[in-house]
Amino acid sequence: MAGSILGNRVLRKEDPKFLTTGGVYVDDLNNEPLLVGALHATFVRSTVAHANILSIDISEALESPGVVAVYTAEDLGLEPVAATFNPTAKRTLLATGKVRYVGEPVAVVLTQLANQGEDAAEKVIIDYDMLDVLVDIEQAMTSTTLIYEECGSNVVFDSTALGMPDNTGDAMFADCEVVVKGRFVNQRVAPCPLEVRGSAAAWDKDGRLIQWLSTQHAQGARDAIQKSNGIELDQLRVITPDVGGGFGAKIGAYPEEMLLGVIAKKAGKPVRWTETRSESMTALGHGRAQIQYVTIGGTKAGKVTAYQMHVLQDSGAWVDIGAILAPFMTRPMASGVYDIPKIEIRTTSVATNTTPVVAYRGAGRPEATAAVERAMDMFAAEIGKDPAEVRRMNLIPKFLEPHSTAIGQTYDVGDYEESLNRVLAASDYTKLRAEQAARRASGSVKQLGIGVSVYVEITAGNSPGESAKIEITQDGRAVVYTGTSPHGQGHVTSWAMIASDTTGIPMDKIDVVWGDTDLVPKGGGTMGSRSLQQGGVAVHVAAGELVEQARKHAARLLEANEEDVIFDKAAAAFHVAGTPAVAKSWADLSIALAQDGGLVQETDYVSQGATFPFGAHVSVVEVDTETGQVKMLRHVACDDAGKVLNPLLLEGQIHGGIAQGAAQALLEEVRYDTDGNPITSNLADYAFISAAELPSFEVIHMETPTPRNPLGAKGIGESGTIGSTPAVQSAVVDALAHLGVRHIDMPTTPQRVWEEIRKHTAKGNS
Amino acid sequence: MKVNITVNGQPTEHDVEPRTLLVHYIRETLKLTGTNVGCDTSSCGACTVHLNGEAVKSCTILAAQADGCSVTTIEGMSKDGVMHPMQQAFMENHGLQCGFCTPGMVMAAVSLLKENANPTEDDIRIGLEGNLCRCTGYHNIVQSVLAAAKK
Amino acid sequence: MIPAQFDLKRASSAAEAIALIGEYGDEAKLLAGGHSLIPLMKLRLAQPAMLIDIGRISDLSYIKDAGDHIAIGALTRHMDVEKSSIVLQHVPLLAHATSHVGDAQVRHRGTIGGSLAHADSASDLPATTLALGATYVVQGPHGQREIAATDFYKGFLESALAPDEMLVEIRVPKTTGGWSFQKFNRRAQDWAIVGVAAWRNGNASGVALVNMGSTPILATSVSAALASGASIAEASELAAAEAEPQSDSNASSEYRTHLAKVLVRRALEESTR
Repeated sequence: MAGSILGNRVLRKEDPKFLTTGGVYVDDLNNEPLLVGALHATFVRSTVAHANILSIDISEALESPGVVAVYTAEDLGLEPVAATFNPTAKRTLLATGKVRYVGEPVAVVLTQLANQGEDAAEKVIIDYDMLDVLVDIEQAMTSTTLIYEECGSNVVFDSTALGMPDNTGDAMFADCEVVVKGRFVNQRVAPCPLEVRGSAAAWDKDGRLIQWLSTQHAQGARDAIQKSNGIELDQLRVITPDVGGGFGAKIGAYPEEMLLGVIAKKAGKPVRWTETRSESMTALGHGRAQIQYVTIGGTKAGKVTAYQMHVLQDSGAWVDIGAILAPFMTRPMASGVYDIPKIEIRTTSVATNTTPVVAYRGAGRPEATAAVERAMDMFAAEIGKDPAEVRRMNLIPKFLEPHSTAIGQTYDVGDYEESLNRVLAASDYTKLRAEQAARRASGSVKQLGIGVSVYVEITAGNSPGESAKIEITQDGRAVVYTGTSPHGQGHVTSWAMIASDTTGIPMDKIDVVWGDTDLVPKGGGTMGSRSLQQGGVAVHVAAGELVEQARKHAARLLEANEEDVIFDKAAAAFHVAGTPAVAKSWADLSIALAQDGGLVQETDYVSQGATFPFGAHVSVVEVDTETGQVKMLRHVACDDAGKVLNPLLLEGQIHGGIAQGAAQALLEEVRYDTDGNPITSNLADYAFISAAELPSFEVIHMETPTPRNPLGAKGIGESGTIGSTPAVQSAVVDALAHLGVRHIDMPTTPQRVWEEIRKHTAKGNS
Repeated sequence: MKVNITVNGQPTEHDVEPRTLLVHYIRETLKLTGTNVGCDTSSCGACTVHLNGEAVKSCTILAAQADGCSVTTIEGMSKDGVMHPMQQAFMENHGLQCGFCTPGMVMAAVSLLKENANPTEDDIRIGLEGNLCRCTGYHNIVQSVLAAAKK
Repeated sequence: MIPAQFDLKRASSAAEAIALIGEYGDEAKLLAGGHSLIPLMKLRLAQPAMLIDIGRISDLSYIKDAGDHIAIGALTRHMDVEKSSIVLQHVPLLAHATSHVGDAQVRHRGTIGGSLAHADSASDLPATTLALGATYVVQGPHGQREIAATDFYKGFLESALAPDEMLVEIRVPKTTGGWSFQKFNRRAQDWAIVGVAAWRNGNASGVALVNMGSTPILATSVSAALASGASIAEASELAAAEAEPQSDSNASSEYRTHLAKVLVRRALEESTR
């Protein structure tokens, strides 16, 4: 489209604020009249992983300076609530009866000043009767100690219970020449948005609850908060200030957030709450946390014919969304980019005495990709062939019509081999292999590892669509209302580009509104890489409809036939053909319609189905074979997200995704001791990756538009993470392949790598 | 106790508890909320400000220790509505996404260039080791600092 | 997170600080740059009732060429040590090791004296000054005394400083010949899983280990072996002879021992080049 702004590297409209005064995050709300005199909530959290609560003594805390109140579940009259994904499991939002993980909220302290809360919370004395602690998934599966007694088992969700077929075992591989088995740990990681959780709640004079919340999905949070407060939807307004990152962990509303209004009502005052990072590391949901039992089989020539996996998903101490990602995200994507005739996947989600597992960037798909990519590497190693070539032999050939895999998932479009070709060329794969061979031959201490991954993922899966509204103000500005919700993605810029492209209104005259449920009552939020392909498309459709609506009004005002009215996009005005001097601008039309509700267009865009971004990554690492230290040297990524709206933002998403994926492969892991005590409960102990551990990234573009929406766009928010994790992990293993190393679990810490080297050589055993 | 701290060129004077951290003084007493708190172990650098012209983590300094000193926060970086070259470079190179680490990152980067006007990419990566970002993968932050060094 | 309540007094001289410690006893802690103490106080692992702010004692911030050694005031900041031309010229190992302490922000505030007095075996500078054969000058109510680095570290976060003493000066002998600082960690900003500070000049050498026990460890067996003609490979096999490495979430004791041998060998190779 000539002259279109779409596809250009447009700088972000939102940046000047962030760069000069900083964003206004929930903890920065100093100018809200409703929050004047707010009390500060500090939650008292369980310090033990599994115990019956014998007593809670708040008397000493009540004497602590500044304390206004201390509430337990009993004080707030909390009733047990059922887990969405297993209604048999019930808990109260402040623990009653028992605690199930370290960090679970048990009571709340209200103080006049924020800094008084910690002093007071320390003085709430909880007497516990300790129970057996279950940290290990496989132990929890068979233990007679039950985390939710009412469930009768710690298995809280199983794919077979949904009618999905069980695995048939080794019989499936009877006709395979080569069969390889693996047990892969896709470890628990912490999402770590740089802004921790926070919220503020106030009841206004009309008895409405106004709640500010750091969330990815205000409308979803509103529905949860409505229930916990026992009010009608119209009695609640959720407002999203700037959000300092989410990565999936801020999709759902948490107990603290669902309770803040209840607490404010009880106290008769507005209440503010911001957790500390140490709290966040145990109370914000974690991600991944799967053990995967994988079997892959095929021919000696390299054709994979059968693939089977049993996923054990750690659900943590609640049945949150993490429990269902395995059956609904990992399982459907299990075949990856490969044409595998027989696939069986079973998933079993298990409760443990750990922080509940939620969605984290990729949410179920990185786990699927990691499993099949590791399996493909091990299969290639078993038959002694190059892993890139074995992948190529098994790729689903290019398809522009929907393609279904043996597990039953239908993909939109794909050209996996092309992405592999591009990334191999860009990385100079052949030369890398030659350098690797040279280092091996010379016996160098620093060995080179090359990891290849090819992936496909699902974005905007299960998402029904999105709404958008565009309103033209009397000064000719456009206000775009969107049900999606930025926390770094750049929606303000993207939606302004899309609206400008159709309406001709310059980007600096377009404002974007989101995350306020009074202004945007409907919306699916930002998650699952859905924003552009649904929210952006909704804006695109609304803008087109707005132009058509405006043409009608212009015709009336110009006393012309509608078909004679021309929309001059460059001038952002309507005129009768041949007489451009007599034109109606957007402002003219808005003013003319002022008495008739203004110039507004609202659209409900209905999804035409999920889209399936794909790509290939090559990662190059250097492994110090004496120490086990891994250094990432290069990372080349070719991610195809369909038609690109703004390459600058696309690359930013890919970069961030690669870093988070590399972090999981190399460094990050949430760990507990056997008593369920977290040992990675701050950013000194949790190995959050920094600039110093990463190289710059090489991003290769490829665009295969999806037919499933008018922008041709697929999601890009999670692809980088999905492609990078297995590539980096594979690179580490590959560096040691000549020693016979076939697999190292993530994170590939120096000690793990060293132990693997030592196992395979005498030399490492000094 | 009373402290006098010049913040962004303006003298300030307030009574504070001895335990008041400089970041609390900046955010809560002065209501300058550009400076953020991202952790409690001096790990993330979101709270980075300049103390007498050098980058420090304001979560690890008592307001009392800054008494008599000069502090610059992100709010003090642009002059007469014109962004500091580092702020411009972050904008032009998409060096920020959610913006939470950004003020601290910019302050650390400005301090870095003061001490090393022509850093290599590695110098920048090591120099920013104490500033964590979850969004950008650091790629465009490094590009931003390289670009600012050339300005 | 915020520290528990405390009172704060400012000392304008070492003598005043020592008088204040005498007055407040166990309740009091000295606050220099605060980059060891304040993090502990925020996590409430330390809750002193009184902080004595010695950060303003400007006459304890200096780097002097004192002939056979370099004298560094205890309140000299890491960044000043790291960039000091005197230190770079005469004790390059110390300048280099200091550049590995924390991150730039930490080094703008943290002081050499604060780091040494905190006596954390996982810190870079206790082992480095130990390898260099430094002497610490401490001042108490009855004047000053010298403590050799080899006599200073008594246990986990425990030093030979009496409760009413403070560190005022660090004297580091000038070195000639080769040196090396090896810091092994997972992330740049982390403490060392194992670190090695080493210098070598012919048969003479100093090798000390970071995070290989409850105190920084002087690897005397390595130096003795080198002095008696052992090869670097042979000597580095003795790297952990004096160490008592712990196991933690980053590394097992066995892995630490292995790393110490590899890193000592590399440090000596670099020092001998």
